[in-house]
Amino acid sequence: MTERRDVIIIGGGPGGLAAAAELKRQGVERVLVIEREQEAGGILRQCIHDGFGLTRFRKSLSGPEYAWRFLSEVRASGAELLTNAMALNIEAPEEGTGGSFTVTAASPSGLLRYRAAAVVLAMGCRERTRGALAIPGERPAGVFTAGAAQAYVNLKNLMPGREIVILGSGDVGLIMARRLTLEGARVLGVYEILPWPSGLPRNLRQCLQDYGIPLYLSHTVTEIHGRGRLNGLTVSQVDRARRPIPGTERHVPCDTLILSAGLIPENELTRKAGAAIDPRTGGPVVDQYYQTGIPGLFAAGNVLQVHDLVDYVSLEAENLARSAARFLASGLPPCPIPVEGEGVTHTVPHFISGTEDAVVSFRVKEPLRQGRAEVRQDGRAIYAKRLPRAVPAEMERLTLPSASLVSQNSIKVVISHDG
Amino acid sequence: MMDRTEEVTCILCPNGCAVTVSSRQDPLSGAWLPTAVSGNLCGRGEAYAKQELTAPRRTLTSSVAVDGGALPLASVRLTKAVPRERLPEIMEEIRRMRVSAPVRMGQTLAENVRGLGADLICTRNVEKKPAQD
Repeated sequence: MTERRDVIIIGGGPGGLAAAAELKRQGVERVLVIEREQEAGGILRQCIHDGFGLTRFRKSLSGPEYAWRFLSEVRASGAELLTNAMALNIEAPEEGTGGSFTVTAASPSGLLRYRAAAVVLAMGCRERTRGALAIPGERPAGVFTAGAAQAYVNLKNLMPGREIVILGSGDVGLIMARRLTLEGARVLGVYEILPWPSGLPRNLRQCLQDYGIPLYLSHTVTEIHGRGRLNGLTVSQVDRARRPIPGTERHVPCDTLILSAGLIPENELTRKAGAAIDPRTGGPVVDQYYQTGIPGLFAAGNVLQVHDLVDYVSLEAENLARSAARFLASGLPPCPIPVEGEGVTHTVPHFISGTEDAVVSFRVKEPLRQGRAEVRQDGRAIYAKRLPRAVPAEMERLTLPSASLVSQNSIKVVISHDG
Repeated sequence: MMDRTEEVTCILCPNGCAVTVSSRQDPLSGAWLPTAVSGNLCGRGEAYAKQELTAPRRTLTSSVAVDGGALPLASVRLTKAVPRERLPEIMEEIRRMRVSAPVRMGQTLAENVRGLGADLICTRNVEKKPAQD
């Protein structure tokens, strides 16, 4: 049996919950969120540290408190929240037919099938594992991703180890360095392959410096040692091409390695549905209305681009919801203008309308001071935003007024230094 | 008379402003008194930087063991920042603490912890463990 909904949201994390509440506020009637965990909230459930919500609520909340605000809104809104259910497939309607999507999900009560005019992708991201990093050496127990270690400590009351090394200076790793230290473990150091940190400056301060945990830049783990349990690592300095420098190897005895070396948007369903993926973000190609190449299929949050802060995931998902409601009611403007970048790791969205203002997100490739992000079209600057201090760890955004555009040709976000 | 300049990373919000504080040493007391603060995007950054150079304060989040709960832990936090060097003794106290399910988000588990003026509150609900059949 196939049930009918107006919008189906895949994923009940911060993105999915914010989208659901906003869709209801926009007057969309039948909104369904499909969540694979027993409880909605996504990664926020295990992020017990505070600092969430400063942008969205002007208040510092812990992860569970932040999730609770959205969960309460969703419950009060009348949106349907289906937990313990895993979306397996999204079938797009045949192009130009104006038909519905078919979403198939597995649940304890069997296979479920829904039809909907629009589908919102809010699956978030997952962590880069040892396999993805291809670290040589033996295969002992004691290697965890930072998120897995966080789930053990904060949800299960289990310590992953005592003498700990962290590879990668991503924010989750920094947060875990502090958490594990407070719980009595010894964090020997954080090793980062890049010449600059991946995490936010405030986390370097309050998670590492506060506890005297050293950060080794331009370093990586080149071998894992141990039979049964991990008993040590070889770490090496790397050159500018990130290749280990022979002769710099050092042995670090420890029992645990925690990986905090990047997040990958989880887009298996997106690919299967036939939407194009941007290799730079790992997320779908979208227009300024967060619509993928398939009309009616939308994406926001970490499934689209890895964010620095959950507040921006919520705000992005709310923008998406307003676009999706418009799509259902009257349709969205075409987006013929491609967006490119220079000196940035990526730009999102990939296409803009030119008829309405557009928010463009990006990250700088290298840290810079007194810089600017310039938007160019037809070879001339049409808009600029000052970047007094920008680091790759932070996501930047600018709002491009439609009035600044001079043609229908592509635009380019270019990073430059002032003066 | 001496001058010095220090840089403080503000931790109050994700902007993480690099705040520069110039101070001058008082010849009589030997204390360093801030004379100029720059690099902060808001007023809280100035107050934070001055505080950080004299007596750093931090908030604390952790978790408390729950008896008879659907989950083994309830996440907790202090309601305001306390002197940074007092965090280890508060962690000791949190480690010894046990609460019985159910617990509610916002529930106070300890008032005026170590006399520092901050309460320890729950940041999530933990229901009672469902009875086994």
